Amino acid sequence: MTAPLLEIDDLAISYKVGDHDQRVVHGVSFRVDRGEVVALVGESGSGKTTTAQAVLGLLAGNGRIEQGAIRLNGIDIAHWPQKRFDTIRGAVVALIPQDPGSSLNPVRTIGAQVAEVLQIHGRGDRRAIRTRTLDLLTRVGLLPAEMRADQYPHELSGGMKQRVLIAIAVALNPDLIVADEPTSALDVTVQRVILDLIDELRRENGTAVLLVTHDLGVAADRANRLVVLQGGRIQEQGAVKDVLAAPQSAYTRRLLSDAPSLTKVRPARRAPGSGEDFAIVVERLTHDFPVGGTAKRFRAVDDVSFKVCRGTTHAIVGESGSGKTTTIRGVVGFLKPTAGRIRIDGEDMTTLKGEALRRFRRNIQLVYQNPFGSLDPRQTISQIVEEPLLNFAPPPKAERAKKVADMLHRVGLPETFLGRHPRALSGGQRQRVAIARALVLDPRVLVLDEAVSALDVTVQAQILALLDELQKALGLTYLFVSHDLAVVQQISDTVSVMYKGRQVDGGPVDTVFARPNSDYTRELIDAIPGRKAPMLALSTASVRG
Amino acid sequence: MTSETHGESGAPDIAAIEAAQPGWLVRLRRVPLTLALAWLVVFIVLLWAVAPGLFTSYSGTVGVPGEQLRPPSLEHMLGTDGLGRDLYARIVYGAVHSLSGAFVAVTVGLLSGTLLGLIAGARGGWTDAAIMRLVDSMLAVPSLLLSLSIIVLLGFGTVEVAIAVGAVSVARFARLARSEVIRVRHSDYVEAAFGSGGTFWAVLWRHILPNSLTSVIALAALQFGSAILAISTLGFLGYGAPPPTPEWGLLIAEGRNYLSRAWWLTAASGFVVVLVVLAADRISKAIGKTTP
Repeated sequence: MTAPLLEIDDLAISYKVGDHDQRVVHGVSFRVDRGEVVALVGESGSGKTTTAQAVLGLLAGNGRIEQGAIRLNGIDIAHWPQKRFDTIRGAVVALIPQDPGSSLNPVRTIGAQVAEVLQIHGRGDRRAIRTRTLDLLTRVGLLPAEMRADQYPHELSGGMKQRVLIAIAVALNPDLIVADEPTSALDVTVQRVILDLIDELRRENGTAVLLVTHDLGVAADRANRLVVLQGGRIQEQGAVKDVLAAPQSAYTRRLLSDAPSLTKVRPARRAPGSGEDFAIVVERLTHDFPVGGTAKRFRAVDDVSFKVCRGTTHAIVGESGSGKTTTIRGVVGFLKPTAGRIRIDGEDMTTLKGEALRRFRRNIQLVYQNPFGSLDPRQTISQIVEEPLLNFAPPPKAERAKKVADMLHRVGLPETFLGRHPRALSGGQRQRVAIARALVLDPRVLVLDEAVSALDVTVQAQILALLDELQKALGLTYLFVSHDLAVVQQISDTVSVMYKGRQVDGGPVDTVFARPNSDYTRELIDAIPGRKAPMLALSTASVRG
Repeated sequence: MTSETHGESGAPDIAAIEAAQPGWLVRLRRVPLTLALAWLVVFIVLLWAVAPGLFTSYSGTVGVPGEQLRPPSLEHMLGTDGLGRDLYARIVYGAVHSLSGAFVAVTVGLLSGTLLGLIAGARGGWTDAAIMRLVDSMLAVPSLLLSLSIIVLLGFGTVEVAIAVGAVSVARFARLARSEVIRVRHSDYVEAAFGSGGTFWAVLWRHILPNSLTSVIALAALQFGSAILAISTLGFLGYGAPPPTPEWGLLIAEGRNYLSRAWWLTAASGFVVVLVVLAADRISKAIGKTTP
C-alpha cells in the first residue's frame, strides 16, 4: 500500500486571543490519496479553513499548531519554517482562494501574475514562461489568451478572475490543490462551470483536491470522500455515497436535512390566491442609470411586471447584475423608477414623496442580506427593535417595551437579549433581530434581500422556518430576492427569473421549475448543486415516506 | 422555538463570554504602561490647574528679592527666574492658563468643525461643496499665520489666543467628521433607519452622530496637545497673556533671555510642554484604537 499524498494526524490548532490560547481544531485526522477529491464540509467556525491553511503553512500570525502531524508525501511539514514552505507552495501544494475579487493584484496584468509563479520556481526563460502562461490561460478557457494576458483584473468578471487563480494554482502541476470555498462568491451558473473546470484539470493531471466548502450539495457532486467537521472535531468521514446514504452522526443528518439543494420536500402551500387581492403590483417597471459623464444611460431594469397575492411569497431570482436589487429598491421606495408603476396595497409608491413616502414606509419593510452591517453596533437589541416605533406617533414607554419584548419572543429570541449589543450575537440571531425590527411596525409586505444567503445552512433553514411561521401567523406578503434557486423552490409560491434586467420567466414556482420558458432558467435549474447525486433523492424520499 | 435558537450553531455562547469578562482590576493591569503614565501626567497637570496651592508654597507671580536666577536646589526645585520667582511655582500656577486655553481652543474646533463636517457629510450636494471649499481654503493658509491674523482682529489675551488656535483646527475637525459621516451614511443600518420611517434629523442624531464620533474624539485629544503647543508658541511670540501671567509659552520666552546663565528656565518649561503634548498624543492613540 502506497503512502497517502496528504495525511493529517491528530492535528490540533489554537489561536492566541488576548492572553490565552483558544483551540479551534481538536485532534483532526484524515487523509487524501493521490488523484482524489476530499471535501472538508462544515459551517463557519467549524475549523475547516484553519485546517486547510495549516496544510499550506498559511495560518494567521496568532495561529499555532499545538500537536499532531501534517504529512505530505510522508514528510511532516507541521512545524516547518515559512522559508521552507516556499519550495513546496505552488509546486507541490497550491491554493485556489475563496474570493477572486481580492485575490489578484489590481495593478498587474493577469499574464504577469500567472508568469510570477513560474518565475519564482525558476521554470524556464522569459519566452518559455510566456508560452506556458498562454497555454495555461487557454487551458482554463480564457480566450483569446494573447489578449487576456495583457488585461488587468478589473477588466475581468468574477468567474474569469477565478479562472486566472485556477491557472496559477495548476501552473506547476502540483500534487494537491487546496480549494477554499472556490465558488461561494460566484453566481450559481458560473459556479458550475468553474467546478467543472477544476474537475477536468484534476482528471487530466491526476491532481488531488482538498475542497473546503460549506455547501453539502457541491461536496456531494464533486468529492470522492467527505470529512464533516463541527466545532473543530470530525463528526464523520467516509465515501460520499456512504455518508449521504447512511449518515452516522446526528450532525451530518441535520446538515443533510437543512441543505436546501438536497431536500426537494416543500411544506404544503396555499394555492396562490385566485382572486384579485394583490399586495404588490409592479407594472412595466423600467430603471435607467446615467453612465458617468455621458448622455448614455444604462438600463438596469427593463419592462418588468409581476403581481403578488396577499399572504404569498414571490421570489425574484437572478445572478449579480440582473437588476433584482434595483427592482426591490424601487419597490421599497429607495429609488424612483424611470418608468412604470409600483402599487403596494393599491397605493402607487412611485408618486409618493417626502412626508407621504415616510408615512407609507411602515407598510413595507426591508430585511438586508448582511446582518452584520444592518444593525447599528452602538444600539442595544431593544433600542434597535424599538426604533421604528419612535418614528410614528410613539405609544407610551411601557407599551413600547412590551411590544419589543413580544416581537423578540415572536422571532424566537429570549428576553435576556434585550440589553445586549449586536456584537454579542451570531449571524442567525442578528438576522432574527433584523426581522423583528422590520415587523415591529406591523407592515403588510416584507422584502427580503438575499436575507439568508450570508448564513450557514442550518441557520438558514431555521430562519426560513421562522419566516414561514410568521407568514402564516401574521398574513404577511414576502418579496424574496435570491440567487439560490434551491431556497426559492423551498419557500416561494410564485417566481420571476431576471436576466440582464429583463424578466425571462415568471409564474408559479412549480410551473417555472417543471417547464421553464427560457434557456436561462433551464441553465439555472441544471446548475443547482446536489442534483447529480441520485442517492439524495432516495434518502429524502425515505425521510418523507 | 426558543430552545431551537439556543442550538443555533456558530452562536457564541454568550453566558460563557460574559462570565469570562475580567474584573476591573484585571483589566486595569492590562492597560499599557505608557498609557498609564500619559494619564498620570494629564491628571497631575489637571490638579495643578485646579489646586496649585497644594503643590507649592511659593507665589507664581511675586518674586523673592535677592533670590534671582538661583540654580535648582532643595529650596527651589527648578531654580528661580530673573525676578526671583520660583520656576516650579510658576509652572504649577501657569497650568490653569495653558490648560484652559487649550480646552477653549479644542472646544471651539470640536464643536464648530464637527457641526460643519456633519452638515456637509449628511446633506451632500452643493452644501457639501460649499463647506468643503471653505475648509480647503482655510487649510491653504499656514496655521500660524492664520492664528496671528485672527488675534490681530480679536486683540491680545488668553481667551483670544485660544479662539484663534481653535479656529485653525476647525478645518481638520470638519474634514475628519465629514469623511466619517459619509462612511456611516452608506451603511445598511442607516438606510434601514430611513426605511423604517426615520426623519433626517432623527437618523442623524440616533445613528450617524454616535457612530462617527470615535475618531473625532481621538482627534480632539490629539488637538489638545497641539493646542497647548500653539498657545505656547503664540505666548512665546508675545501675542498671548501679558506678563506677569505664568503662561507656559511666556515662561519659555522669558527664560530665553537668560539661556546662557540659567538654561533650566527654558528647559524645564519646555520639558513640561513636551510631556503634556506627548501624553495627549498617547491618549489620543488609545481612543482611536477602541472601535465599537
